[in-house]
Amino acid sequence: MHRLFQFKGGVVLKEHKKDSSAIPVRPAKLPPRLILPLKQHIGAPAEPVISVGDKVLKGQLIARAGDAISAPVHASSSGTVVAIADHPVPHPSGLPAPCIIIDTDGEERWRPRERNVFNFADLKPAELREIIRDAGIVGLGGAGFPAAVKLDPQGHEVELLILNGAECEPYITCDEMLLREHALEVLAGLLMMRHALNAKRCIIGIENNKPKAFRALYEEIRNTGADVEVVEVPTIYPTGGEKQLIQVLTGKEVPAGGLPIDIGMVCHNVGTAYAVYRAVEFDQPLISRYVTIAGSVAHARNLEVLFGTPVGNLIEECGGNRHTLRRLIMGGPMMGIALHTDAVPVVKTTNCVLVESAMHDVPLPSRNEYAMPCIRCGNCANACPVNLLPQQMYWYTRARDFDKVQDYHIFDCIECGCCDYVCPSQIPLVAYYRFAKSEIWAQEAEKRAADLARERHQFREFRLEREKKERAARHKKKRRAVSKGGSDDKKAAIQAAMERVRAKKAAQDSAPKNIDNLTPAQQAQIEEADRRREQRAKENHTPMSTEDSPR
Amino acid sequence: MKLQTPPAPHMHSGIQLSSLMLRVIAALIPAIICYTWFFGWGLIVNSAIAVLTAVASEALMLKLRKRPLRPFLGDGSAVLSGMLLAFCIPPLAPWWITVLGASFALIVGKHLYGGLGYNPFNPAMVGYVMLLISFPLEMTSWMPPFILEQLEISFVDTLGMIFLNHFPYGLSIDALSSATPLDAMKTDLGLNNTVSEIMESNALFGDFGGTGWEWIGNWLLLGGLYLIYKRVISWQIPVALIGTIFVIGSFFFLMDPDTYPSPLFHIFSGATILAAFFIATDPVSASTTPRGRIVYGIGIGIIIYVIRTWGGYPDAVAFAVLLMNMAAPTIDYYTQPRVYGHARDER
Repeated sequence: MHRLFQFKGGVVLKEHKKDSSAIPVRPAKLPPRLILPLKQHIGAPAEPVISVGDKVLKGQLIARAGDAISAPVHASSSGTVVAIADHPVPHPSGLPAPCIIIDTDGEERWRPRERNVFNFADLKPAELREIIRDAGIVGLGGAGFPAAVKLDPQGHEVELLILNGAECEPYITCDEMLLREHALEVLAGLLMMRHALNAKRCIIGIENNKPKAFRALYEEIRNTGADVEVVEVPTIYPTGGEKQLIQVLTGKEVPAGGLPIDIGMVCHNVGTAYAVYRAVEFDQPLISRYVTIAGSVAHARNLEVLFGTPVGNLIEECGGNRHTLRRLIMGGPMMGIALHTDAVPVVKTTNCVLVESAMHDVPLPSRNEYAMPCIRCGNCANACPVNLLPQQMYWYTRARDFDKVQDYHIFDCIECGCCDYVCPSQIPLVAYYRFAKSEIWAQEAEKRAADLARERHQFREFRLEREKKERAARHKKKRRAVSKGGSDDKKAAIQAAMERVRAKKAAQDSAPKNIDNLTPAQQAQIEEADRRREQRAKENHTPMSTEDSPR
Repeated sequence: MKLQTPPAPHMHSGIQLSSLMLRVIAALIPAIICYTWFFGWGLIVNSAIAVLTAVASEALMLKLRKRPLRPFLGDGSAVLSGMLLAFCIPPLAPWWITVLGASFALIVGKHLYGGLGYNPFNPAMVGYVMLLISFPLEMTSWMPPFILEQLEISFVDTLGMIFLNHFPYGLSIDALSSATPLDAMKTDLGLNNTVSEIMESNALFGDFGGTGWEWIGNWLLLGGLYLIYKRVISWQIPVALIGTIFVIGSFFFLMDPDTYPSPLFHIFSGATILAAFFIATDPVSASTTPRGRIVYGIGIGIIIYVIRTWGGYPDAVAFAVLLMNMAAPTIDYYTQPRVYGHARDER
């Protein structure tokens, strides 16, 4: 039996997972219009490689990676590009962002297969990573970090590759359903990832509230004889956090400001492993994923959704009413974002859509709007999985003392929301921390700009000073050279200079000018030219009345 | 339709301030019943006066400070402060003592510092210390526990004594009151009696502490354990406080059992247990880090023992709590826990 460890704090939440995990997953209906944001990942936005009016095929590259840390975007279905424009996207700000909009033709025609991999073990890790990068695969657990970057050990020895199937947030069951239905494919994807990383060991971590998923994986591991361990971990939120899962499985902590790779570990989501398998085995880029739809819908369930499908379409497909919506949450109830409209599309990081209707038929959890003062009860500190002192960070954020907030390690906060959840005064603590973080970032950017300006200014001062000194030194040298020669030399030098001036003046006076010796005809020509010039000057001053008036 | 867009997290445990306060109040009730059993209706009457005054003062201050009444009156903190203060006032003290103490606690001790969550000192203790210093006679007129065995004192009699200064059987407060066990111990030790002589000669003393008092202590202990079990308070402060008194008390008791009463006497007399579970654990004025709470509890334990043994007051809970309240911010600063991923020494 694998030895497990505990992370500090955390909370036990009501799961709400039964409803959506009861029926098998099927593909969602093809929407008439797909909206594909250029940035569905962490890093630089993708850059469109098609133009409006182009016909595209399913799986065709429509935007290439914008940078080393970025991910390409592929058409989720065949159709016509109708616009490359701003459209609402899933973001807490509710601001629109650039998207490629495709009207689907309903034919679902795939682009021709470009690559055939017969045995992934024959590929070099770098080649495998290239396939994964070109397939636009990002972390499907929620963060959306480009998977190929995370699959590059960059010189580190990878001791352990962890596959995260904890899925600790309430309501969400997409990873569970994926494991139940595609355990073998996930396992195959894991082995590919292991090859890319050259990892020594593999562990799949699953919370112990998903016995069916565990069973499915366990069976496949036994059948295939893969050298992979599957471990049940206690159901405590936020076990699914990367750092927390590492702590539970190994007892080790990721150093502050560092990455798991620094301690020889890499952690990926089960959905990512599945996407890797599809990319390598079938040459299919990442164009769809499992999404849980729960809350005020007649049939809470999981669907396999093409990226770009508007959330509203999914709600209708599951028997919800788009016209009585009150609240829409993308992600789980602890860390999900509230959407401003149901027109936003499903993107690569969308794992769940929670629907609340104004009819209150299936109320979602909600919280009191009115916050009482903090009584320093310390429940938040007890619940914090990172061992922060949330109440102190809250005080100093309120006081806008951001230096102090940083002293209390605000940048180690993972925004899991445990402190918020247990606060008896119902203070929106996480909102305060996000505010503090963005303020600190803004201040730092400002400081950098000011530092740069100061450096420039200081350099200019230095340069002027240096030039002044150099000039002074030059003068001094010259003067010294002059004075060294004694008074006779000096007089001689002055004499010589005067001579030169006189000679120059004489030369100027005696030089012939081109108007000196003119013939009368030439004189007349000059006079006429002068007259014409005068005439033209006069004409230019008269208003141009005739030309502008209509004839 | 415009969608609501609150920030994450979107769910809450449902635990509210009022539910915390209600649990603390509930945990006090067995001790209140026990108290009434030994000392009569006085505590009930005083509690009623103190709670009404506290709530009225809170409402007045909220009004003056233009704060909403409902959430703040509904949180139960004023009720709790009133009850804790009443627990510290002699059961037959005249009504104005209680009114003065409760209003001072809420107005000066709480609202002049900014109200709920902003008071650096425990309001009930602020009220108590003000009364103790200003009205030492009224505040030290405690009843002996066996008084009810000798005299029949009805509820109406109690009301008469508290509100009208009207005593039954032609008695006076002087005739009814006696020293508390801690007080008697201190006085008699001053007369060069040994601890065992004192405890055997005086019916005030029970098995460990004072007769009656030790039973109230037991019920308070039970209430306190319930609060720890329900996670309303954390274990650090009570354990550190009682543990400290036990350790220091044992040290001196073993050195000289004639001059120093046993550690159990210290724990089960006076307000030690009330302080450990109900007063020092007031979150607003206490330390908030886990290690800080241990330091804070140890500090209170030391001060209680020192003042009781060598100081001028028989009990010292209020002073000890207020002194450590002052130290709480500093303690918190130096006892920050090690954050995930950070080395131990960089805090």
